Amino acid sequence: MATPKPRVKVPKKASAGEIITIKTLISHDMESGQRKGKDGNVIPRQIINKFTCEFNGMKVFECELDPAVAANPYFEFNAKVPESGTFKFTWVDDDGSIYTDEQKIAVN
Amino acid sequence: MMTRRRLLAGTATLTAMAGVAILARPAWATVEATDAAIGAFTGGKTPEPGKITLTAPEIAENGNSVPVTVEVDSPMTDGDYVASVTILADGNPNPEVATFHFTPLSGTAAATTRIRLAKTQNVVAIAKMSDGSTFSDRKEVKVTIGGCGG
Repeated sequence: MATPKPRVKVPKKASAGEIITIKTLISHDMESGQRKGKDGNVIPRQIINKFTCEFNGMKVFECELDPAVAANPYFEFNAKVPESGTFKFTWVDDDGSIYTDEQKIAVN
Repeated sequence: MMTRRRLLAGTATLTAMAGVAILARPAWATVEATDAAIGAFTGGKTPEPGKITLTAPEIAENGNSVPVTVEVDSPMTDGDYVASVTILADGNPNPEVATFHFTPLSGTAAATTRIRLAKTQNVVAIAKMSDGSTFSDRKEVKVTIGGCGG
């Protein structure tokens, strides 16, 4: 599997206290552990099991994923922006890999 | 003595019983597992209806990717917010789908994701508030092509 590539959409600007919508997507097979390969053996589970979003170090949104989340896990959620800062996104893989992305937002 | 009437009545009863048995026990039989998962999430409480809205398509052509949205009616202040929302599907090999955790910084308790559904089944969303109360909503999604193919 190619290295998972995160894609995140955060507005560049917001007014103080505004609630914005964030959309995230990461390319990942989300191998459920239910499928069988060509040799008849079960393909071992490998999924993203956790996703978190932080703003200036404060937790905004977190999700625990099970194999029933579709491939290339997509999330759309909201965040309140009290000040200018950085959103940090983290995806945790079953194999221990961590994928991250950061997006800055400016408050007028 | 076996009269025609009695025979017919007997057959009807048997058919009805078989029907009930089939309805109560789907092939994957994880309705009980779903109830257990609900109990584990709420701490044994039965969630009340209301406050939470689960949006899912009535018919999903492809069970590999079914968009679902949960929204919970809450002011999302420091003292009164939605702590977490879990999504369960009672016809999948395992009922757990995803669990969202919100904070007052989330602004609103709403999230959208895409899930896998093995077959036509109920999708259940349960919200747990910061004060411990729980609410649930349920939608049946008809699936044309299952999402657990191998």
